[in-house]
Amino acid sequence: MAVTTEEMMLNRPSLGARLSRLVQARWQRIVVFVPYVWMLIFFLFPFFIVAKISLAESIIASPPFSQMLEWTEEGIVTVRLVFDNFVYILEDELYASTYINSVKIAAISTVISLLIGYPIAYGIVRSPPVTRNLLLMAVILPFWTSFLLRVYAWMGLLADQGTINNLLIAIGLIDEPIRMLYTDFAVYLGIVYTYLPFVILPLYANMEKLDNSLLEAAADLGARPINAFLTVTLPLTVPGIIAGSLLMFIPATGEYVVPDLLGGGNVQMIGRVLYNEFHANTDWPIASAVAIALLVLLVVPMMIYQHYQARETERR
Amino acid sequence: MADQERGSEGVSATPWLEPGVEPFVRIRGVTKTFGDFVAVDNVDLDIYKGELFCLLGGSGCGKSTLLRMLAGFETPTSGTITIDGVDMSSVPAYERPTNMMFQSYALFPHMTVEKNVGYGLRQARVPKPEIAERVDDILRLVQLQDFSKRKPQQLSGGQKQRVALARALVKRPKLLLLDEPLGALDKRLREQTQFELMNIQEQVGITFIVVTHDQEEAMTLSTRIAVMDAGVFRQIGTPTEIYEFPESRFVADFIGSTNMLEGRVTETGSDHVDVDTEVGPIHIDQGMPVGDGARVWIALRPEKIRLAKTGDGALGSVQVKGIVEEMGYFGDMSVYKVRVGGSLIEVCAPNRVRPKDRQHAIQWEDEVVLSWDDSSPVLLVR
Repeated sequence: MAVTTEEMMLNRPSLGARLSRLVQARWQRIVVFVPYVWMLIFFLFPFFIVAKISLAESIIASPPFSQMLEWTEEGIVTVRLVFDNFVYILEDELYASTYINSVKIAAISTVISLLIGYPIAYGIVRSPPVTRNLLLMAVILPFWTSFLLRVYAWMGLLADQGTINNLLIAIGLIDEPIRMLYTDFAVYLGIVYTYLPFVILPLYANMEKLDNSLLEAAADLGARPINAFLTVTLPLTVPGIIAGSLLMFIPATGEYVVPDLLGGGNVQMIGRVLYNEFHANTDWPIASAVAIALLVLLVVPMMIYQHYQARETERR
Repeated sequence: MADQERGSEGVSATPWLEPGVEPFVRIRGVTKTFGDFVAVDNVDLDIYKGELFCLLGGSGCGKSTLLRMLAGFETPTSGTITIDGVDMSSVPAYERPTNMMFQSYALFPHMTVEKNVGYGLRQARVPKPEIAERVDDILRLVQLQDFSKRKPQQLSGGQKQRVALARALVKRPKLLLLDEPLGALDKRLREQTQFELMNIQEQVGITFIVVTHDQEEAMTLSTRIAVMDAGVFRQIGTPTEIYEFPESRFVADFIGSTNMLEGRVTETGSDHVDVDTEVGPIHIDQGMPVGDGARVWIALRPEKIRLAKTGDGALGSVQVKGIVEEMGYFGDMSVYKVRVGGSLIEVCAPNRVRPKDRQHAIQWEDEVVLSWDDSSPVLLVR
């Protein structure tokens, strides 16, 4: 069998063709792979650095923490793991109470946002298509302005000499300004205001799928509107309620900007404590330990969410 | 029990013909507009107790809108709907004595079959043991007793449909509304369910109003049919009336297949009309109030026409010659398209004899004789 090299060359696809075939065959994997690489480099890797620092000791140096690996004079590697930081944040009441306070503020804000966001999402779904798009735009519109700017705007509104107090005094409703800025109220207001779209959007997405004929069927079978809501709409929008709640609760717990700007020094949330440890005290290991503890604290609800989602998909 | 109730009242098989019988559903001058679009245009209709009434028409003819107005999901723009003597104008859907079986079934996805069926009874605050009993009974009626703990998404199309029927029946409504009840089923299941539906209707003895676009379904199911088009009724009658005595070209064309021949009246008498058509003169042995020379149409059903090879001696008073242009073999019967002059006449003939030597007696391009009885053609003036 005499096969010339020329023929072999002809039969062999070009490098470009083979490459494109490979890409075609593997494109799904590549598409999935890219974001994972991103997460690996910019989330998981920094996380391990923080975890490492949390197990170090605070020293006056640059960087301000002890190294994990050290070469002794005999040429042996020693690993130094210090758990003092975790013990410290567990023992000091400040941290526990701040954690609880953060969770409490985030939870109450989430409930308030649900109470406000649920009717809004329902109203948007129920409005005619043109209005619906406008209303949806209105929900998303705040994102077009800087978040920081919007919080500063609230400061201007809530301050003792702010717009609201001035207005109330001008119309003679009050004589003395009401203390609003740097109170719990301002923090709740700021968090609810900031995260409301994150509650409305998943609820909207969930309610949009709701088949209107189900409500007609309920009415047809004798259910008054309130009963139809409680027995059909509400149970079918539970996935939206859970998605919205977690989307708000998790970031709200670690919120730093709102309690710092609107709560001042009066409202303690874990984000502020973390900031202070890091910058004011330059205690990187303690700050890292707080960050890790916060992460663990938030991973639990996230896992509940994941579990719920998996069960939901399984059911379909 | 339902049977006894029905028997004791002595409901006539044709209540619409009885004088003095009060209609159960009375629709008077009902109009429904959506913006500029008139969905239902000033219709009047009486439906009697125990009827299985079909609203038949193409999509967008207004049949579903009319049904939704009966259920209370839509409010008439004008006109009144009375059910069992009560004006429904100010009665919301949840207080009406009607239940509906939805086209999409609209089963609650988060409830089991049992809970779905029992929903209406729970809303009516029926005691729990009674709910369980009635749900059990109705599920047995639709043969789903073994599926009570399933969720709707674990059921087949036919099973879902029966759950929807059971859910609508369990409250024993005075009026059951069915929106394309068999639309989502395949042909076999549909035929089977049609008869099941009729049996159930006889057993429970409530009034059914069925919306459908499927004429076969309407023909087999109903006591009477209303043919709807562009928001109005074109004809209301029994299946036989609608099929054999259509009042307009629209109805004749809409139901089944029809040969429509245009012609002019040449002679009228008290007991006959003669019409000159493109296939030749047609004699109809029935008087009609039409003038000589009037433009009319003759509707002739394909199965009313006999077909024979030239020389075989066809029966019937009318005979025309033609050439077979197309043939369709369906096993039990064959459909022929026969060229007669300028017209193509469709003929449907049962295959009564087994073809000799595996060859059909009539082939393409054969010359044939068509014949029919004088009573078969329908004269239409509109």
